[in-house]
Amino acid sequence: MHQASTAEPALATGTGLDNRKLLMWLFLASECLFFGSLIAAYLLYRDKSVVGPYPGDLFDIPFTSVSSFVLLMSSVTMVLALAAIQRGDRRGLQVWLLATALLGVLFLSGQAFEFTEFHRQGLSLSTNLFGTTFFVLTGFHGAHVSVGVLILLSLFVMALRGRLTAANSINVELAGLYWHFVDVVWIAIFTLVYLIQP
Amino acid sequence: MTLAEYRRKKGPAAHEETEVSGIRIEREGAAAHERAHPGPLEYIKIGVALAIITAVEVAVYYIGALKDVLVPILVVLSALKFSLVALWFMHLRFDNRLFSTFFVAGLMLAAAIFVVALATLGGSLR
Repeated sequence: MHQASTAEPALATGTGLDNRKLLMWLFLASECLFFGSLIAAYLLYRDKSVVGPYPGDLFDIPFTSVSSFVLLMSSVTMVLALAAIQRGDRRGLQVWLLATALLGVLFLSGQAFEFTEFHRQGLSLSTNLFGTTFFVLTGFHGAHVSVGVLILLSLFVMALRGRLTAANSINVELAGLYWHFVDVVWIAIFTLVYLIQP
Repeated sequence: MTLAEYRRKKGPAAHEETEVSGIRIEREGAAAHERAHPGPLEYIKIGVALAIITAVEVAVYYIGALKDVLVPILVVLSALKFSLVALWFMHLRFDNRLFSTFFVAGLMLAAAIFVVALATLGGSLR
């Protein structure tokens, strides 16, 4: 077992907790509402389209399963990056951060391919209610992944310059919280949008 | 004297209780209700479990005999994956309870929106 940030002395705050971490959790709680609303809108309108294409005509479950697996594994590499810096392993941090960013880019490439394929088959943002709610939901998720990749690459550059140490591993921990949140949102989307079809 | 100055002067206590916005936070020494984060091996084990659950989800999707119970099975498996990531990778199992309170409050509000929207506007999971 590794002593993590929990081994650090209590911070001079009212709760003894790091304010940045508290703020990140509050932000993630607000993001739950954001994505909850988008998922509810999708489930509400996906089978109300009067013209096709419909979800069953387009979804490629094996392909999306691989994408989901890629994003899940990026969560593993992210947490390994945090574990590395918490034990002072800078080389490990660099390797796992880069691996996480690359897996994120791979996921985004899969999403870009999927969007392009759907558009080729006649689905756009304005084709029907399914298209509108699907692209808004998965598009916003993709935007979150994109922001996450940029954060990871920024951390990677900081790690290369030796600016990340065990003492300020909170930076990696906060990025990790965001990244894992993006992952759990996709877990919900994969099941509710792709696997459970009308 | 500010609270921070008071804490520094007082030094680490064996057990403290703080109340923030009605939520009681119990602290022992530096960080009560916080445990050491797991090591890489445990993270990899969780990663393998997540991969297996995803494979089961996809397999269940293609088994025609399970069509009638497909939705509950997939929802349970998805909730299991969600919990594993939140508890281990996001460290909610190990960190202070206040973080869990924030996150669960967000999830509960999202679930409320979800249920109210589907119930009033006529959506369904099927």
